[in-house]
This record gives sequence, structure tokens and C-alpha cells, in this order.
Amino acid sequence: MGLLSKKDSKLILDPLTDNNPITIQVLGICSALAITAQLKASIVMAISVIAVLGVGNVVISLMRNIIPSKIRIIVQLVVVAALVIIVDQVLKAYSYELSKTLSVFVGLIITNCIIMGRFEAFALANGPWKSFLDGIGNAAGYGLILIIVGFFRELLGSGTLLGFKVLGDPIEKTGLYALGYENNGFMLLSPMALIVLGVIIWIQRSRNKALIED
Amino acid sequence: MSLKSNLHSLKEKYKGTKMAPAFNALHTFLYTPNDTTHNGTHIKSADDLKRTMNTVIMAMIPCLIFGMFNAGYQHNLAVGDIQAVTSGFFSSEFWTLDNFMIGFWKIIPLVIVSYGVGLGVEFLFAVIKNHEVEEGYLVTGMLVPLIVPIDIPLWMLAVAVIFGVVIGKEVFGGTGMNILNPALTIRAFLFFAYPTWMSGDKVWVEGAVQRTNDIAAGANLDAISGETILGSLAQGKEMAYSVSDMFYGFIPGSIGETSTLLIILGGLFLIFTKIGSWRIMLSSALGAIVMGLIFNQVVSAGIITESSKFYTLMSTPFWQHLILGGFAFGVVFMATDPVTASQTNKGKWYYGFLIGFISILIRIFNPAYPEGVMLAILLMNVFAPTIDHYVIQGNIKQRLKRLKVKTA
Repeated sequence: MGLLSKKDSKLILDPLTDNNPITIQVLGICSALAITAQLKASIVMAISVIAVLGVGNVVISLMRNIIPSKIRIIVQLVVVAALVIIVDQVLKAYSYELSKTLSVFVGLIITNCIIMGRFEAFALANGPWKSFLDGIGNAAGYGLILIIVGFFRELLGSGTLLGFKVLGDPIEKTGLYALGYENNGFMLLSPMALIVLGVIIWIQRSRNKALIED
Repeated sequence: MSLKSNLHSLKEKYKGTKMAPAFNALHTFLYTPNDTTHNGTHIKSADDLKRTMNTVIMAMIPCLIFGMFNAGYQHNLAVGDIQAVTSGFFSSEFWTLDNFMIGFWKIIPLVIVSYGVGLGVEFLFAVIKNHEVEEGYLVTGMLVPLIVPIDIPLWMLAVAVIFGVVIGKEVFGGTGMNILNPALTIRAFLFFAYPTWMSGDKVWVEGAVQRTNDIAAGANLDAISGETILGSLAQGKEMAYSVSDMFYGFIPGSIGETSTLLIILGGLFLIFTKIGSWRIMLSSALGAIVMGLIFNQVVSAGIITESSKFYTLMSTPFWQHLILGGFAFGVVFMATDPVTASQTNKGKWYYGFLIGFISILIRIFNPAYPEGVMLAILLMNVFAPTIDHYVIQGNIKQRLKRLKVKTA
């Protein structure tokens, strides 16, 4: 990669696979279970978190030398809250229906452990460019899992992808439904998201034995 | 060469290869192998895992056969070809070849799919993880067809079996390591994934769904339907069956769960062969009776009146809850699963009592899940290790106290 040095690209690529915030660090599970019943919601959530964490990391990194360490958590909260409000307002303005589906979970990005975790662990100790890459990478790792879970849940639970009826029409009985196929209602319930997530973790760890803890 | 030596040489041929566990399992399933272990201390007993499993299956066979007759009987009754039974358990209207054949052709495919898919998954995991095939699925495979509605599509059953065996059992390490009863995991999956096929008034009578579709397509037929007693009671309807019908099992329901008489016989067989725990069976029944009595008292004290939506189920006499729905079947064949139940004798009393208690509670207060026994057993499966922990800790404390008294 010409644009990024090897170290920098590692910052982005590592959280996508071997250091994924959801499957390895097991952070941000709550929103991953709650909003992944539809692929579209997952994608929007992923983009929101990328925006918040990317910008937030840079802001915190720029301020890292002037924040008194006693009140750093509060400063971090203010930064992330401001960013989340912006994201929330943008969503409400341009895609009101979707913001209703995501409901409280956009606001709850504030409490997403991944964000505070990256502020604390990375942005407070590194420069803005590196922090930006780290933020994008971690948020993308989070988003990737969200999108995988959302893909399976929407496909198997509703028979659609992004709202398109890819498996046929369940009422008109076309496509797969003509053969007697039915949507799996369990997929729309949160417990199934946990199981899908578990299967992803299972597959990842069986492919990379180094990740297995005793 | 006999089949046995053929199997043996097959096994020898594949020794050390990836497929070895599969051939091993086939050989030892059919015959006792000739090769014996020579060193170490061994306990010789007639009961191995396979014999334990086979005993449970034998106890379930009467329920299976009865289920076949009952499937045909419910169908013919709903269509109007025959009259309802009048003369007790051996009524001639019930035990006809016609009834049997209708059920036979519906249930045998369910059994084949259940065993085929389930054992397929077990073999696959044994080959991948390179361990011997475990016999744990033998009982599950027979339980599954007995606890589903007659008209369940075969592919749904296959999907549920794959889910139940993989997520319910293999991820925890296979037979003996599972937290939840696999058969109930499979049923719970079906229940939440495909609720239209697991409840309502169309799935319990063979052909009812098909007929509804035919009518929708323009066929000139009468619709048939049949609801489980619990389903209709939950909607506040009158009880449409006599107590003897419920006890003998001439009622709609999942395939093998209807006949309380045969389940009790199976249960006695399990107790006699010391496979099933009488403590769990007895304490579950006690739990259900206590809960039923409490609700009966609530009704007779006038706290709940007929205007309440819980009235019909609450006012059902407590002893009738024992012969309604899948309670007896669940308690005898699934609560007693030695892997997922409590292991300590004292723990078994708590475990069973709570199963009975919670089953009736769910039955009455949640009309969406009229059969509470499935959820009650799954819930208590989760708590069984905790119960055991406290029983053991209690025992340790008691003994320590005794020790202190002596030393003091």
C-alpha cells in the first residue's frame, strides 16, 4: 500500500480479523444483538459508529495533552455525545423511518464500550493520524460483524435483503416459497443473534487456533 | 463370512483413517466386538450407554404405536368417517388398520428424518473431531418425532434437528456435556421459528393444513380442525373431552404425548429398570399438584371470577393438569434425562418439584405458550447445576459442623 505504511495498515486491518472488537474483545455485544434483525439497520449503525469513532479518536488525540487525566472520562463523554447527537440529527433529517427502527440505539452509541475503549487505550497515547486509522479500523471491525449477522438474520428471518424479496414472495407463494419454504421467525428474535454471533466466533477460532484461550 | 466379521474387517481396514469412527460405531452398534482391553482395572456391568438408551426407546415404543393409531383416528374423526370411541381403552373404533396406516405413513418419515439427519450430524462431528461416535442421539432421535405435531414439514424437522444437535449439544462437547435437553432444544427451535406449524387448531390433525390449502384453491370440501385441550382452554372454551379420553389419549396433540396410560406404563418400566429417576417423576407430579391446588383455591376463594381470561385454565381440577397436554410425557421421558437433570438425590427433588410447579404456572398465565412443560424443563436444565452446587455445599457444611462438634 502506497498510502499507508505497513504499521498504519495494520492499525486498520487487525481489528477486522484477529483483534475484532466484537468476536475477540467481546465489546459492543448489546447493540449487535438489538439492531441486526435487518441488514439496512446494521449497515447504517456500522457507518454511524465509523463516523463517531473516526472523528472522536482524532478529537481526543488532538486534545490528549491538555486533558487533565482526572476528568478525562467526562471530556471523552462530551466529545462522543456531541458526535452522536450530530449523527442522530443527520439520520432523523435524511432517513426518518430508519432512525425510528434504530430508536434508542443511536443514542446508546455513547455507551458503546468500543468507543470509550479506543479513546482510553489508543487515542490518549497516539497522534491524530494513527488514532484516526485505529478508530476507523475498530469501527469497521464492529460494523463487519454487524453486517454479517444482519445479512443472515434478514435473509433467513424475513427472506429479504435490504428490503428486496430475494427468496420470493411469501404471500404470493413465488420462488422458494412455492416449494414450501417458510421464514424462520426465530431469526428475528435477539437470542438468535447471539447464536449467530457465537457461530461466527466458533468459525473464527477454529480457523485460527492462536485465538483460543484456555 | 458373517455380517459381524465383515464389519470387523471393514473396521480394521479403515483403522487410523479419518473415517474410522464411523465404521467403529456401525460395528459396535450391531455387535459386541471381540477385542478386549487387557490392562488396567475395569468394572464389568451389563449396563452400557447403548443398553441404557435402548431401554428408554423400548419404553417409548408403546407411545409411538399409539401415536400412529391416534393420528389416523383424529383424522378420520375430524373428516367424519368414524364415530368417537365409546367403550374404553380397547374401543374397536380406535384400533383399526385404517387408522394405523394413516399414522404409519406420516410418522415413519418423521422418524427416518430425525434419525437420519441427527446421526448424520453426529457421524460428521465424530469424523471431524476424530472421536468415537456417541450414542446420545439414539433416545433424542426417538423423542423428537413423538413431540412434534403430525403435519410438521420434513425439511423443518431436519433444520431443527441440525440446530438442536449442533447448537444444543456438539458446541458443548457432545453427548454428556450438554446443558439443555437436545430433544427439547429441537422442539423449542421449531416452536419459535415456525409457530404456525407448532400451535393453533390446524396442525394437530393429519391433513388439516392440506385441506385448508385445498379449500383456498377452490376444492369443495369441509374444513377440518382440531385443537389441543390446552389450546382451547387457554381461549376460555369448554372442555370437549372426557377424563377417560384424556387418560387413554384419544385427544389431539403431539404424536406421542397424548396417552397418559401408556406414558405411565413406560415410566414404570424405566423405574423398574432403574434407568429413569422416580424422584424426578414423583416430585414433578407433586409440584404440578401443588400449583394446581393453589390455583383451584384462588378460584374457589372467589379471587378470580369467570370474567377473567385465566378462569377456565385455573378452575381446571388440579389432577386433570397431570393428564393434559405433554406434561406426563415431558416429566417421564425428558425431565429424567440423566445428563441435564440434577445429579444429587436431594437436588432431584427440588429440580422435579420446580419443573411441575413452573409448568402449570406457564400454562395458566401465558396463553401464547399453552404447553409450559417444555419451557419449564429447559429452564430447570439451566438451573440443575446450581441446584447440585447448593446441595453439595449444604452437605459439606453439615459434615463440617458434625466434625466441629466432635473435636470441641
